[in-house]
Amino acid sequence: MNNILSIKDLTLKYGKNEVLTNVSFQVQQGDYIGIVGPNGSGKTTFINAILGLKTPFKGEIEFNKDIVKQSSIGYLPQRSIRNDKLFPAKVREVVATGLLAEKKEPKFYVQEDYNKVDKILEKLRIEELKNKKIGDLSGGQQQRVLLARAMVASPKILILDEPTNALDSKTREELYDILKILNIEDKVTIMIVSHDLKTIGKYINKILYLEGKVIFYGSYEEFIYSKDMNKYLDFFIRDRFNGGI
Amino acid sequence: MKNIILLTIEALQYDFILKALLVGVLIAICCSFLGIFLVLRKYSMIGDGLAHVSFATIAIALLLDKSPLLVSIPLVILSSFIILKLTEKGGLHGDAAIGLISSSAVAVGVLISSISKGFNIDLFSYLFGSILVISNLDVIFSVILSIVVILTILFFYNSLFAITYDEEFAKVIGLNVKHMNYLISVLTSITIVLGIRVVGTMLISSMIIFPTITALQISKSFKNTILISLVVSVLSVVLGVFLSFIFNFPTGATIVILNAICFIICLCMKKIKSY
Repeated sequence: MNNILSIKDLTLKYGKNEVLTNVSFQVQQGDYIGIVGPNGSGKTTFINAILGLKTPFKGEIEFNKDIVKQSSIGYLPQRSIRNDKLFPAKVREVVATGLLAEKKEPKFYVQEDYNKVDKILEKLRIEELKNKKIGDLSGGQQQRVLLARAMVASPKILILDEPTNALDSKTREELYDILKILNIEDKVTIMIVSHDLKTIGKYINKILYLEGKVIFYGSYEEFIYSKDMNKYLDFFIRDRFNGGI
Repeated sequence: MKNIILLTIEALQYDFILKALLVGVLIAICCSFLGIFLVLRKYSMIGDGLAHVSFATIAIALLLDKSPLLVSIPLVILSSFIILKLTEKGGLHGDAAIGLISSSAVAVGVLISSISKGFNIDLFSYLFGSILVISNLDVIFSVILSIVVILTILFFYNSLFAITYDEEFAKVIGLNVKHMNYLISVLTSITIVLGIRVVGTMLISSMIIFPTITALQISKSFKNTILISLVVSVLSVVLGVFLSFIFNFPTGATIVILNAICFIICLCMKKIKSY
């Protein structure tokens, strides 16, 4: 398997405080990694750094340039990013923006772009929504549209930040099923931030546990059965009683 | 009724009416193109803030006996950059930065007008607009700059849409959000200064806000919203110019009232449809 992403001695700060210290690990093409940890453990800051939204204080984030271009990184944000009912965008208009990375100004769309949009909507089984106003859709439908936007440029790596927050369990499972298909059939490398370890455990092959630093990086099975990890697993058990797992 | 038709035909014989229609329509188009990006990004009040700034810049131009248009455009653009910088680096919220700059600018304008007597009447005409007395030079500038604004928005349309919908995602896909914000500021500043001749500093922000929020009540897509706001905006300007000629109404105020009527009609249409 090829390395798709290498993180070396990465340190991230939020203001003056260090959020993550000396993070180093490698991501292989085709990995499906769950990024977990308690609130404030640096998960979102970490993926923001990978996405280029946050400048590292120290260290390197290096994509394998033979595999990953700008347009090869798909991103699915938390659901609450745009819930303005008045926003007058059609699903097709929103999904097409995922193609802008590969275009030079003027970034005009051609028929081929609309074909790609229709194809991804079909693949995610939401083609009937293409002319609907995005604000009129349910939370689960909106999240699928944003997944289509992330996937329309056929990215090699897909990064998701707690994409199932506020979704009901059925919609959540449907979204995870789609992601698994993208991971297995299209060999898309997936990195997903989640609190929902119980559900994502069924799908991921690796887990990255962060708490100011890397506590664990390895296979999901190793994490679950490691005695050293028992105290961290406790966090998820406690979280279940707080409405988590 | 016959009289109104005759007066409308008569109005078209006058050069100043034709000039007012040409400039008014072009600025209406600029306002609707820009309005959707400003309103949806919750920057509606920047129009109001920059209009207040232009009050000061016009006072400076009149004091120096220079063209208000030529003095105002660079100064208003500069103010819009200061507002952006205060928001980005100064840690101020957008509305606070706008309030800070616009109230300071109004204070400067009032001070200048109080110490230099003689041009208060001119200044008053800029407060409420005087599209019917627009000069030939202003017409030429307005036409050129309006076309530049419209073409620039069309050129960057898809990037502006992406940033308006989801700024974070736009950054991830490599769009230069910062540059786009500055571009929007420049275009807004130019449109505001040009629009002052149509409806005045007090009312120009309504030309940016009204057509867009009117269209938002009934539209289903982004392009459709721009199209509806364009129709509303152009219709209000054309009708406003004729009504003000026929009934001797103040043009700027008439245009804004017509915009408000369009908004109420569309809001009612939306409410009726939802029942």
